[in-house]
Amino acid sequence: MPAVSLTVNGKPVIADIDPRTLLVQFLRENLRLTGTHVGCDTSQCGACVVHVNGVAMKSCTLLTLSVDGANVLTIEGVATGDKLHPMQEAFRENHGLQCGFCTPGMIMSALDIVRRKGHELDEKTIRHELDGNLCRCTGYHNIVKAIAAGARAMGGGAPTQQAAE
Amino acid sequence: MSATGIGAAVRRKEDIRFVTGKGHYTDDFHRPGEAYAWFIRSPHAHARIRSVDTSAVKQPNVHVLTGADLAADKIGNLICGWMIHSKDGSPMKMAPHPALASQKVCHVGEPVAVVLADSLAEARDAAEQVRVDYEALPAVADPAKAKDAGAPQIHEVAPRNTIYEWHLGDKQATDAAFASAKHVAKLDLINNRLVPNAIEPRAAIAEYDSGTDSFTLWNTTQNPHVARLVIAAFVGVAPEHKLRVIAPDVGGGFGSKIFIYPEEVVSLWASKRIGRPVKWVAQRSESFLTDAHGRDHVTHAELALDEAGKMLGLRVKTIANLGAYMSTFSSSVPTYLYATLLSGQYDIPHIYCEVDAVYTNTVPVDAYRGAGRPEATFVVERLAEIGARELGIDPADLRKRNFIKGFPHQTPVIMTYDAGDYNASLQKALELADYKNFGKRKRESARHGKLRGIGFSAYIEACGIAPSQAVGSLGCGVGLWESAEVRVNPTGSVEVLTGTHSHGQGHETTFAQLVSERLGIPIDNVSIVHGDTDKVQFGMGTYGSRSGAVGMSAIVKALDKVEAKAKKVASHMLEAAEGDIEFKDGKFTVTGTDKSAAWGEVALNAYIAHKFAGQELEPGLKEGAFYDPTNFTFPSGVHICEVEIDPGTGQTEIVAWSAVDDFGVVVNPMIVEGQVHGGIAQGVGQALLEGAVYDRDGQLMTGSFMDYTMPKAENFPPFRIDTTVTRCPSNPLGIKGCGEAGAIASPAAVINAITHAIGSEDVAMPATPQAVWAALQKTKTREAA
Repeated sequence: MPAVSLTVNGKPVIADIDPRTLLVQFLRENLRLTGTHVGCDTSQCGACVVHVNGVAMKSCTLLTLSVDGANVLTIEGVATGDKLHPMQEAFRENHGLQCGFCTPGMIMSALDIVRRKGHELDEKTIRHELDGNLCRCTGYHNIVKAIAAGARAMGGGAPTQQAAE
Repeated sequence: MSATGIGAAVRRKEDIRFVTGKGHYTDDFHRPGEAYAWFIRSPHAHARIRSVDTSAVKQPNVHVLTGADLAADKIGNLICGWMIHSKDGSPMKMAPHPALASQKVCHVGEPVAVVLADSLAEARDAAEQVRVDYEALPAVADPAKAKDAGAPQIHEVAPRNTIYEWHLGDKQATDAAFASAKHVAKLDLINNRLVPNAIEPRAAIAEYDSGTDSFTLWNTTQNPHVARLVIAAFVGVAPEHKLRVIAPDVGGGFGSKIFIYPEEVVSLWASKRIGRPVKWVAQRSESFLTDAHGRDHVTHAELALDEAGKMLGLRVKTIANLGAYMSTFSSSVPTYLYATLLSGQYDIPHIYCEVDAVYTNTVPVDAYRGAGRPEATFVVERLAEIGARELGIDPADLRKRNFIKGFPHQTPVIMTYDAGDYNASLQKALELADYKNFGKRKRESARHGKLRGIGFSAYIEACGIAPSQAVGSLGCGVGLWESAEVRVNPTGSVEVLTGTHSHGQGHETTFAQLVSERLGIPIDNVSIVHGDTDKVQFGMGTYGSRSGAVGMSAIVKALDKVEAKAKKVASHMLEAAEGDIEFKDGKFTVTGTDKSAAWGEVALNAYIAHKFAGQELEPGLKEGAFYDPTNFTFPSGVHICEVEIDPGTGQTEIVAWSAVDDFGVVVNPMIVEGQVHGGIAQGVGQALLEGAVYDRDGQLMTGSFMDYTMPKAENFPPFRIDTTVTRCPSNPLGIKGCGEAGAIASPAAVINAITHAIGSEDVAMPATPQAVWAALQKTKTREAA
């Protein structure tokens, strides 16, 4: 079995794997990082989004071997110790999740949107950019609010908006 | 209202684990020595199984179990737990439904064998070596054709594929109302078949412990106790006291995770057969082919009106597709969850509804968010709109003229509505939608070459499912009460065990809000325990917007008992008569004195039992309760959808959504709004995007997210949401429930808006650009002629 070497959430990882192993399987089964989810088998739902060398990718359609040497960030690596990342805090503050299954992928995509589009995101931009992430619970309303608020907070902007008022 | 009590928008306690990736869904668990299951499924919609040849599988550690093995082990069939009788009094025709087929298959995706191996890849490889020889049979997928004389017969027990021919209401009186009516609005509709598609696929891990002869099942279920009961009492894999069902974090359900499916049954059985834990996780394509689908009605409906728009009678004839087998609660959905809501919010004196349920060679159909009530609302609200248009009455006015104003109100279709103020919701919704300026907006759209329309949906639903005696008299095989146990620890912290299950609804927060307010303790000192049959004694689970109205009422009842017992303890501590003890804001006081004891002190004293004799008062502080509701609850509201359509492409854009709902008392407005948002999105999905399509041979043409259109963020505007409140009189908290409202209300609002915009009633769901464009061309042709 070929060897693969990655940095996952800042830690070096070396393993011998079946060459068919998808990145999401490697993260979930080998490393037991189960925060990254699998919701479909056709790359539509986005529950599996992680960052590979800083860019959001769907780990359900990447062979682990194809990202040999990469730096991978999963949802487990986003917070700093017990302190939530501002985007995680914004999802909680704005009720941007219900069952929580799509949430890790949503947050990883949200961080990538901020990276590409900056901290002042309008509603239409966020909705458009979420094309690759499905949520069946929230109707997206509060996810959009959460991402706008999280993006602002990441830029040192005003505290996150209150969802319920 | 305290900061964490009832009515406060408390941020959810469960969110920390979900936003950090620390949730525990079924697929996140592993058992030592587990084998992975891969199901071999029928590629045919209807076929006889000639043989299953597993001889080519010779790898060590790989097992193949077939339908014949299952039958040899006398594993029982899956069942439908709600008896419906036909008009002629005959019982519904329930066909045998084995968890693995051994004689014939009746839908694409039906499992015939399971392969178990050390890894999923190995199991899939081995499955390629299994040869199943099928003799393909003609199939029928269209419910409207299932009863045809020449249609293939799917099950021996059901001639002409008919499960039941049921009716409700007074036919004669309704026909008489039609005979005297000035106007009759008519509608032929197809309520499109939907795939629930919770983002977490179904999964099961089954483990057999030969030392204790007991099983554990981790399962994506909305009702672990019901799953255990059915698996024990009917399927017979394991006795109830030897089977533990755990429903950990569950990633959405929407009804589809209520039912007892073949895969968990087979996993349990196989774990004992091979002596290893068995893990199965659905691929999304398996979800499409095996999760119970929703809706799928073919309906003709008529509404009789007088010249002033007063509704005189409603007549409905529906063919309901239940798929290849009767799923767990499938029979109730197009009957008692559908026809009983056909009065809507209106005083309709006469209603008659006939429902023919049929088998087809498709995935079984069962409850999906709203379950019968969206179908009823679609019938009533489309007819109300059509009637108003045909009579030239403003659709808001026509509704207002017909609203029920006095309560309780007995409808002609069983239900007794207990409370509501339908006009209050309508008025608020009209303001929210700025209805009076719609004309201005329409003209503005026209200047840009767009067609603008506005559509209403004034829905009602029966929730808080359900009074056990009432549903028992209608054929339900179980009671629909709920249980709760409140365990007070010596330190004063509290665990609440509930028979409901949270898979997104936020019970860990809302239920804790109730306890926090009632006992005056911090919300962080309350834990909610659910989803484990070894912890919670029994419960009926979560569906039918029942967890607040029924589940929380059970907690109230248990809290009443806890308070009564705690007062006894306090009376001993404070040396006062029990009747003189008051409990408020977490403090027990002796009336008229300054003597008091804090909650924590009383809890501790209940356990150390130094202040009272154990013979007089039992030590400890733990109480349980079963709450059986006395009536359904009746949430209602008005949703108004505004659309803009590009006549060149038929593309519909929802430009505004205004919703005013009456859910009774709201425990957490943030969570309730979230439920409304999600419901609307599912209803809009049905109206504009989603539709499970079968070809004539019973192949599912929309079998993945690539060809079944799921709603995305870009399909919606921000929602404008508000509430009105009439308390529900039948439960202690005044809660009506909110989980299904959006999905029930929204399809009719969307289609009413589209038909308003294009001036044609002839638009089926999903109203894709192609469908809307085609309807527009027909209108143009008609106008030209």
